[in-house]
Amino acid sequence: MTSGDATLAPGVPDRAEKSRSLGADAWRELRTNPLFVISCVIILIIVVMMAFPGLFTSVDPNLGDLSKARQSPGGDAWFGYDTQGRDIFSRVIYGARASMLVGIGATVVQVVVGVLLGVLGGFFGRWVDVIISRIGDIFFGLPFMLGAIVVLTTLNPPQSSPGQVAIILQVVLSIAVLSWPISMRLMRSATLTAKQQDYVKAARSLGASTPRIIFRHLLPNSIAPVMVYATIALGANIGAEATLSYLGVGLRPPVVSWGVMVSDAATYFETSPHMLLIPAGFVTFTVLGFVMLGDAVRDAMDPKSR
Amino acid sequence: MGRYILRRLLQLIPVFFGTTLLIYVLVWLVPGDPFAGKCGDRACPPAYIEQMTHKYNLDQNIFVQYFLYLGKLFQGDFGQTYSGVDISTLIGQAYPITVRLAIIALIFEGVIGLAAGIITGLGRKRFVDNLVMISTLVLISLPVFVTGFIIQVVFGMDLGWMSVTVSSDAPWGELIAPGFVLASLSMAYVARLTRTSIKENKRADYVRTAIAKGQPQKRVIGIHLLRNSAIPVMTFLGQDLGALMGGAIVTEGVFNIKGIGGLVKQGIETKESMQVVGLVTILVLVFLVMNLIVDLLYAVLDPRIRYD
Repeated sequence: MTSGDATLAPGVPDRAEKSRSLGADAWRELRTNPLFVISCVIILIIVVMMAFPGLFTSVDPNLGDLSKARQSPGGDAWFGYDTQGRDIFSRVIYGARASMLVGIGATVVQVVVGVLLGVLGGFFGRWVDVIISRIGDIFFGLPFMLGAIVVLTTLNPPQSSPGQVAIILQVVLSIAVLSWPISMRLMRSATLTAKQQDYVKAARSLGASTPRIIFRHLLPNSIAPVMVYATIALGANIGAEATLSYLGVGLRPPVVSWGVMVSDAATYFETSPHMLLIPAGFVTFTVLGFVMLGDAVRDAMDPKSR
Repeated sequence: MGRYILRRLLQLIPVFFGTTLLIYVLVWLVPGDPFAGKCGDRACPPAYIEQMTHKYNLDQNIFVQYFLYLGKLFQGDFGQTYSGVDISTLIGQAYPITVRLAIIALIFEGVIGLAAGIITGLGRKRFVDNLVMISTLVLISLPVFVTGFIIQVVFGMDLGWMSVTVSSDAPWGELIAPGFVLASLSMAYVARLTRTSIKENKRADYVRTAIAKGQPQKRVIGIHLLRNSAIPVMTFLGQDLGALMGGAIVTEGVFNIKGIGGLVKQGIETKESMQVVGLVTILVLVFLVMNLIVDLLYAVLDPRIRYD
């Protein structure tokens, strides 16, 4: 990885050599990749929308004016009105918060659980590995959508009305519970390779304790594949939130999210498609941002693909 | 190889029991009276409740219930719904439809996904490459139901090439559009996977050797390059058949197809727990068996992989 450019700065060979670590190399590659720049801009816009919706609109997202129901996009309301006469532009802006919260929350839980179990299974091997892997297989064997529907209906039988925080937590946890085995497997196989490296043996012979080896040496050195997966998974989780709401088991009305908007609009799709296409477009746009980011980071981190 | 197959089969057993137990407990734990609303407006007569409680072993501990259920299942008895319809009959009607849908989706993935992957992997045309990369990116980002709605509106309503919903016996012809929708996400993955795999193998030593010893290009590509690049793609396609059948629930909902997904959803909504458990158990079995077959196929495709 540090080949070639040593002649670039003949006066200070040591520093030039040092600055071209794998991370620095990846960063150089990333900055020049248009995919990375575009995805960062998209994500930045969505994050600002999530944090400060008031910057974009001053209209109340829950204020309905039935005389304007299902009006098409026009001068007063860029994105038109929904079936209760609420301003879609404002709802889409405010909806970013719940959708992103679900996406980020589910990704964090699934990655933390997967990484911890994966590194433990990979490091200790034997029965610890067998048990963790089989439990992973059990959850991986459940078809994702079916599993999520069953979990969410068990928690909220039809006609019940859970609170806003409760339902967001439930959606986050049910997505995470069904998808942690993927990051566990990635982490496990990365740990298996890293475990054989000399620096682990060196640390051991210097008397480092097991927790120190795991958390200070193995974890930072084998987390890269999981981080790439996490960016793509974050996008996928935002899509999953929309799909679950569309199926009627995810977030529901007092909460404003893109999935809830899509689910409200589905029955009117033939007459007023803008109600569905606009929130769905935002979902697509956000997922696109994260998938592109994941792609760019993977290309930059994988020296083989250069 | 024999020992490997045996070991894989043994590993499958705890996973099968774990997954089905999980589903069983989740489904039967749905809170609320299982008999609420089952007898119209009136409350159910005690005789009916007693009979049903006995039939589903509801008076037993949930783990005992589960093993009694599995015992019957292994004899091919899926049980009955509350209204007395055999669940095996329901499955018999819905299963062929979902299988047809999954096969069409798999064909789309195989044909379009592979073709796009091979063309971009082998070719040097920047324009085609960018086109495929961008269109797959968009397909990956679109939630499946949105793809479904768009196809319905464009081809069903604006162009009038197909009907928006699928009739109840779902002939092959009507399933083409839903099959495409179901395949859309995986098709994009197949295209990208094939492209990466070919690009990587193009620089492999054995390809250089084949060219160096003067083999015609057709043979180098057909025999050496493509066959070796097929391994990750085959793995993906094999695992995907199981995932497609489980994932069909959304597509079936959008196009109103009376398949497994529709039955599961209806079962959950009407609290027909027996129906849900039976259907999901079958899906899990298909998924596990497909994974096993894929693992064994590795050895056939890649002689470098040995299992003993």
